[in-house]
Amino acid sequence: MTTEAPPRPATAEEPPRGGRFALLRNTWRGLTSMRTALVLLFLLALAALPGALLPQRSLNQRLVEQYFADNPSIAPLLDSLGFFDVFAAPWFAAVYLLLMVSLVGCVLPRTVEHARALRAAPVAVPRNLSRLPHHGSAELPVGLDEAAALVRGRLRGWRVAERSDDSGDAAGRSFSAEKGYLREAGNLLFHLSLIGLLVMFAVGKLFGYEGQVIVLSGGGQFCNTGILGYDSFRAGLRVDGTELEPFCIRVDDFRAEYEQTGQPSSFTAWLGYQTADDLAAGRTDSWRPYTLAVNHPLRVDGSRVYLLGQGYAPRFTVTFPDGQQRTGEIQWRPVDQTTLLSEGATKFEPPGVTDDEQRRTRQLAVTGLFAPTSSGGEVVTSIFPDLRNPEVAVDVLRGDLGLDDGRGQSIFQVDQSKIDSGELVRVARANLVPGQSVTLDDGTVVTFDGVRSFVSLQVSHDPGQVGVLVFAVVLLAGLGASLSVRRRRFWARLTPVADDGGGPARTVVEVGGLARTDRAGYGEEFDRLRADLLDAPTAAPADDHEES
Amino acid sequence: MPAELALYSDRLFFAAVVVYVLAMVLHGGEYSRRRSTRAAALVGAGAAAEVGPTPDEGPPAGDGGAAPGPRRDPAERLGRMAVALTVLGAGLHLASIVLRGVAAQRWPLGNMYEYTSMICLAAVVAWLVLLRRSPASRPVGLFVLLPVLILQFLAGTVLYVPAGPVVPALQSYWLSIHVTTIAASSGLLLVPGVASVLYLVRRTGRSNAVLDRLPSASALDRLAYRTTIVAFPLYTFAIIVGAIWAEAAWGRFWGWDPKETVAFVAWVVYAAYLHARATAGWRTGAAAWINILAVAVMIFNLFFINMVVAGLHSYAGLG
Ligand code: HEM
Repeated sequence: MTTEAPPRPATAEEPPRGGRFALLRNTWRGLTSMRTALVLLFLLALAALPGALLPQRSLNQRLVEQYFADNPSIAPLLDSLGFFDVFAAPWFAAVYLLLMVSLVGCVLPRTVEHARALRAAPVAVPRNLSRLPHHGSAELPVGLDEAAALVRGRLRGWRVAERSDDSGDAAGRSFSAEKGYLREAGNLLFHLSLIGLLVMFAVGKLFGYEGQVIVLSGGGQFCNTGILGYDSFRAGLRVDGTELEPFCIRVDDFRAEYEQTGQPSSFTAWLGYQTADDLAAGRTDSWRPYTLAVNHPLRVDGSRVYLLGQGYAPRFTVTFPDGQQRTGEIQWRPVDQTTLLSEGATKFEPPGVTDDEQRRTRQLAVTGLFAPTSSGGEVVTSIFPDLRNPEVAVDVLRGDLGLDDGRGQSIFQVDQSKIDSGELVRVARANLVPGQSVTLDDGTVVTFDGVRSFVSLQVSHDPGQVGVLVFAVVLLAGLGASLSVRRRRFWARLTPVADDGGGPARTVVEVGGLARTDRAGYGEEFDRLRADLLDAPTAAPADDHEES
Repeated sequence: MPAELALYSDRLFFAAVVVYVLAMVLHGGEYSRRRSTRAAALVGAGAAAEVGPTPDEGPPAGDGGAAPGPRRDPAERLGRMAVALTVLGAGLHLASIVLRGVAAQRWPLGNMYEYTSMICLAAVVAWLVLLRRSPASRPVGLFVLLPVLILQFLAGTVLYVPAGPVVPALQSYWLSIHVTTIAASSGLLLVPGVASVLYLVRRTGRSNAVLDRLPSASALDRLAYRTTIVAFPLYTFAIIVGAIWAEAAWGRFWGWDPKETVAFVAWVVYAAYLHARATAGWRTGAAAWINILAVAVMIFNLFFINMVVAGLHSYAGLG
């Protein structure tokens, strides 16, 4: 039983007419053949693999840098070929675009053909039914009309074409029946929704965006008004950041709970939010409450807000010799996710200094490590992620922080080159618990006031994802139909036995069956059909059971 | 109390492994008995003057040589006992998984030990269901149990972690749907993988005591295909559910995380298998190879990606 994709491989039925069109046509035929689809599927699998085996920029920039450090000879080559950004690489796009073209080229004609087949009558009875994998015959002691009624009754639920049959000596009748059209329908549905899914996926990539932002708990706010509000932002190709939905979020409180082992058991952030409509209507003093948790994002204005992670922001107050105070509170970056030991740099400008030259010698930075639960030792380490026994180990640096150089600098670090050049010097080193302070040589006092949690949030916008889901569900339904339904054919030829003596009428009934698809198991169904129709001792038992 | 339950769960796991091993031994006996029965028949026919059949040679030579009644044939008996033990093993195995869930007070699919155990159970259950539908494939049981036992052994040793809670990202009812269906489909897909390997061996036409007892090449091929067309939609469903969950947990439904990528690759290779089955010239040998490749990708995804490549899916609990 051969099922061949209708657009047959290049063995064209019509002779090539030469010229460019023949080339085009042959290319098209080749591209849309089953074999090409097979090869392209393999290519797709192969092309995706390096995306799993090599570190990817889109997932983890640091691992990529690590790979460069470990394999300095081959990494640049791999990079130039796009192996660290496989899913944005032109060759990956080429494979799936070819597959798409092939898919469209294959499925559209098949859809037309199937629509036609749905209206057409089942194909005529083959000349020799006994050649079919399933067959049988019997001489029934009934007349032609009665036998025909029997067959007709038994084939209820099948699509049947009844024809008169003159191939024998006497005018007989033939039945062609087919069942299982749902298989092809399901198959087409599957392939069509695959196309739909890919299109919606692309829509998401073009018009979606994703941004991360850190917000301090206890009243920190964030509004989705533009790219600049984010700490990092990944825009779709058609997003320029000017048309974001301007909803706002306020983080009122955050709580993390942990097992004894330090493994987190739950993260919860209590939010208030204002939708774009709220803001447009001027309702800026009321906030809608929402409890944000892992697996429980906030869905607002077509975007989603996720709780990605947490960390701590130590607060330092610097009291300058003239009595002026400055307070700095900025997130420090967790360097160990299990203990939340964090590093960071809290930077201060000297107050009241207008002379740039002077300012640049008197800037301060408090840098070092923060332990939410300190081991209490000389060297500060963290032994638990929760805030049980916070302590910082800090260096206080004074000099030029390089903030005016026009280069962006990390909020977690000071500019190392300024230390190397001696423009920034360490003036104190201390381990502090909340409330403790350290006094610098010029009388400036740096106090560690306390700690607040921060949450890191992600805002995601993907206008294609609902479409992807819908197509995925349809795809699954199509796949189910395509794989579970059997397309099968059944034929019966009824020939009246030439009757010379005026005895009772007799009819020879030959039946044959063919499963058109790979799915085995037609044998049993056919056996039942045959038994129902040919239930007579004369029935020829010969039947090939290859399929059952 | 939970600690005690966890202990019982571990013991049941161990018991299931032992019973599976016994089942394998009996399946092995099924193969070797067949040979010795045949040998006995030859000896009996050749040396008519001998004083009766040797005591441990099973049925008398005449019986064994002629059409062996299904009851009397020792190979048949061993085979049936092997299946009975497999059923028992599956029962113990299931109990182990259920107790583990009760002990940890969560769905028992939170780390690689539990996940691998579930895959094995799925493979065994799939095999038993298949066996009900086509009893003639029974001798294949030996080769189904082999990878199951290897995986069970790895689960019980390298991958083992004590029962415990899971991180917040896993605390979701999607876990039970996504991971259960992935494990079930992975287990199911193990069976066609085995069938395709046997098919390729059988197809060479070589003949020996083991090969001759296997179902015919075409029966093995059909076994592989029939199981795959059940497992593949289930696998597709599991991936879709995974994407829905990822949308809620990680902020995007698809992000080419290593685990996702390899799952996608496996899916595409299975799609290629189904295509090959419908493409002239690829239907038999090539299709079987593709099926084996696909199951290899699944296993690669299970071990390599979880243990070597860091990704969002690294919940293996292997510290
Ligand atoms: C590129 C053009 C493609 C062509 C010409 C094509 C053709 C076909 C044909 C003719 C079948 C029917 C097989 C049968 O009835 O047994 C089929 C089935 C299938 N195709 Fe495709 N296909 C293409 C692309 C794809 C792609 C890209 C995928 C998925 C990644 C895919 C997945 C499937 C699946 C899962 C089946 C079900 C197998 C079955 O019904 O037995 N196809 N395809």
